[in-house]
Amino acid sequence: MAADLHISISAETIANVAGFEISNSMFTGSLVTILIFIFIAYFTSQKLQKKKIGIVQNIIEIFVESIFNLCNDIAGNKRARDFFPLIATFLIFILFNNWFGLIPGVGTIGITHPLEIGTTQTVHAAEEEVDHEEEIGNLYGVAEIEETADDGEEHTEFIPLLRAATADLNGTIALALISMILVQVYGVKYQGAKYFTKFFNFKDGPIFTFVGFIEIVSDLSKIISFAFRLFGNIFAGEVLLAVIAFLVPVLAPIPFLGLEIFVGFVQALVFAMLSLVFINMATESHDH
Amino acid sequence: MDNLAVSLAIGIGSIGPALAIGMIASKGLEAIGRNPEASSKVQTNMILGLAFAEAIAIYALVVALILKFV
Repeated sequence: MAADLHISISAETIANVAGFEISNSMFTGSLVTILIFIFIAYFTSQKLQKKKIGIVQNIIEIFVESIFNLCNDIAGNKRARDFFPLIATFLIFILFNNWFGLIPGVGTIGITHPLEIGTTQTVHAAEEEVDHEEEIGNLYGVAEIEETADDGEEHTEFIPLLRAATADLNGTIALALISMILVQVYGVKYQGAKYFTKFFNFKDGPIFTFVGFIEIVSDLSKIISFAFRLFGNIFAGEVLLAVIAFLVPVLAPIPFLGLEIFVGFVQALVFAMLSLVFINMATESHDH
Repeated sequence: MDNLAVSLAIGIGSIGPALAIGMIASKGLEAIGRNPEASSKVQTNMILGLAFAEAIAIYALVVALILKFV
């Protein structure tokens, strides 16, 4: 019964290229990036016009302009031009990865391959049952061979081919690291070596030395907070959709799909906006 | 026993964020009611605050999911 419900908290390996494991979330992340680039290449090869604006161009202009206005409101015009490409990249990449995970087929189209006994990496509800049965079989020392012969189908492992890149903790940690490292880079770019007095301040007495250590811890915890917020929201959404679709397959998942589209947008916006706020804070000098 | 741990983790863990989200939304709506012209600014900051509060619930959820599925 529970064999249909496939939930795995980590990404699974779908291919192996020269000892380098390619997980399904990596594959999907690359796929989304390629699709975005194909769209950009196709769209920019069309003749962009200034007077007669098509609907696609209009939508893209609204989108880009609203991102730029967001940067403008928070960072001011001069710095906004500097931060805008990074923030827009974060927003677009995370947004389309979140939404790609909601397309029907992502997480359900996959490959099944026979499970080697003793290497249960992905956690199935069904597998646990099978393990349990095997234990009982071992206790009694009989009927084990019959059991495995009977449910030969349950000894296959299902691996989905596609999984949203933001529903994998590795992907979100990568994004969080990029964001927080760039915060330091922009801080140095705008303030020079003076930026590091935020962390290591031994001149103004012991209180500021201690505050510096707190700043270090706070920047490290921002990485964790970024990564888990995005991962948790998107993965929780996938689990929610899987469970609802498992319980009531018809019509019931539709409102939750709408909710997940909204959550995907809000999380992309929050990630981009928080990066923007942190970068902006790093570029501002503390002593006025 | 494992299931009890999972349900307690998410159940107790979501009390705080629930209160926080309620407070943020009520204060935000109060602010919009007092000064409707600033609604767009209040709204953006409110959503940001909501995301912070929600993140705590999400941490509890991640812990619960790890307990359940790993």
